[in-house]
Amino acid sequence: MASYPVKIFRFYRDGFKSMTVGKTLWKIIFVKLFIMFAVLKIFFFPDFLSTNFSTDEQRADYVIEQITAPAQNRN
Amino acid sequence: MGEIDLALVNWSRAQFALTAMYHWLFVPLTLGLSFLCAFYETIYVKTGNEEWKHLTRFWMTLFGINFAIGVATGIILEFEFGTNWSNYSWMVGDIFGAPLAIEGIVAFFLEATFFAVMFFGWDRVSKGFHLFSTWMVAIGSNLSALWILVANGWMQYPIGMAFNPDSARFEMQNFWEVLFSPVAIAKFTHTTSTSFLVAVMFVFAVSSYYLIKRKHVEMAKRSILVASVFGLISFFYAGLTGDESAFNNARIQPMKLAAYEGLFEGSRGADLVAFGIMNPNKTVGDGQDPFLFEIAIPKGLSLLGKRQFDAFIPGIYDLVNGNEEENIVGYDQKIERGKQAIADLLAYKDAQKAGDSAAAETSLAQFKQNQDYLGFGYLEKPEDGVPPVQMSYYSFHIMVYLAVFFGLICVAYLFYGIKDTIEEKRWLLPFGVLSFFLAMIASQSGWVVAEVGRQPWAIQNMLPVGVATSNLSVGNVMTTFWMFAILFTLLLLAEIKIMLNQIKKGPEGA
Repeated sequence: MASYPVKIFRFYRDGFKSMTVGKTLWKIIFVKLFIMFAVLKIFFFPDFLSTNFSTDEQRADYVIEQITAPAQNRN
Repeated sequence: MGEIDLALVNWSRAQFALTAMYHWLFVPLTLGLSFLCAFYETIYVKTGNEEWKHLTRFWMTLFGINFAIGVATGIILEFEFGTNWSNYSWMVGDIFGAPLAIEGIVAFFLEATFFAVMFFGWDRVSKGFHLFSTWMVAIGSNLSALWILVANGWMQYPIGMAFNPDSARFEMQNFWEVLFSPVAIAKFTHTTSTSFLVAVMFVFAVSSYYLIKRKHVEMAKRSILVASVFGLISFFYAGLTGDESAFNNARIQPMKLAAYEGLFEGSRGADLVAFGIMNPNKTVGDGQDPFLFEIAIPKGLSLLGKRQFDAFIPGIYDLVNGNEEENIVGYDQKIERGKQAIADLLAYKDAQKAGDSAAAETSLAQFKQNQDYLGFGYLEKPEDGVPPVQMSYYSFHIMVYLAVFFGLICVAYLFYGIKDTIEEKRWLLPFGVLSFFLAMIASQSGWVVAEVGRQPWAIQNMLPVGVATSNLSVGNVMTTFWMFAILFTLLLLAEIKIMLNQIKKGPEGA
């Protein structure tokens, strides 16, 4: 009698093996996640405040400065 | 920050709109089709009829394709928050942290856990447990939407919070007030019920195609019958929740209501424009008639907005210029108070830096008197507080006309479905095929009304989008805009191709 972890492992293993259209979908998911996290996030979408400031106090000061500076053409 | 680069703001807006609209191509189908799969499978388990099992597996496969292609497309919006909208992101972090964390946990445990059982578990777990898993996926998907819509609802009606001038953050004071905000509740119920309609129209479209081709006729008729009942219930519920949204708009976001109704001059017993062509040259305060042609329902707007025939509904002029008779403060006064709030906030920070605690205390007390108008302080002139009227108006009316069409087609499909003559109504079936594409247009239009109609605000009355952005180069934002456009278009094409292949295969391919 197989234990629960083994049963669960077999459940997933057999499920993945028996996929038809699902295999194509998984390939799309992996390519998509790779593009999003390994390319877009790292090279194009750094967190602006985390990258430019090292403490929350600095970030708060920067944002306060941004929202209290004289405003023109703001909408 | 000084002078804001409008090109940067508009490209950031365009990028967010592009990614949100693409993301929203996948989401409503997931929300609605998950429940339809649960209904179909419940009938299978109740009747034991294997035909219902084949039917369920077929729709579940299409649901899986849509889910797989659409999954994680929303994460890109979170990337954009941190990069393009860092001021906004910082300021709302305390409010959004809890709902988005709950969303992540709910999505992971309810969707991810039961998703595997739903797809891998046929014949491997009991019928009852499989059905339970299908229901959990449906409920989990929709609960995920709840938390996102609570966050969106808060932006439209920021309650249950206090602004902390030291951390520059809106901090949550009352979680339940945020969760049960009338705007959040109306947004969740309206978004989900309209998403159910989108999924119903998807079932109509695919089933109608089969009936036109005389393929899988029994499966198509069964699918239509259940979907039309669900569609009709969703249609009425969407109407009720849409009415609630308009009622909330009249109270909380009157400018949005005035914009999507094209109402420039308010009145008691205001008419509702049932059909109208707007004057494309109309601008605020130019004295021109806003409509070239209109058919109006007498007192309809007062009834819609205030639930009284003779209630006053403010128009754009009333809100911009103020209306003493109706006790409406104009945007010019609000701008003055907003600018005072900004000046007091600056004085508070300067006094803190100078170590003058008495001056800091005084400035803070003065800031608190005007802080509810903070966002207005960033507007240059009252007209800057008016959203794009024509886009709001047409989006709203397109959505409403299409909703009426969905109600009618649900009635027709239910009627002929019960009579078992739907496959003979050859004139009706092309409308069924068309209905899904119209549902997508209606669903997107709804979001245009909700988001364009609340411009210029990122957070209603507190933070305009121009102040919410990061200092980036326009070139960076343009580059990523086109990258997203290409990536999402490829994903959409992949979905269409895989979906069409699967539909051609029919239930045997599931």
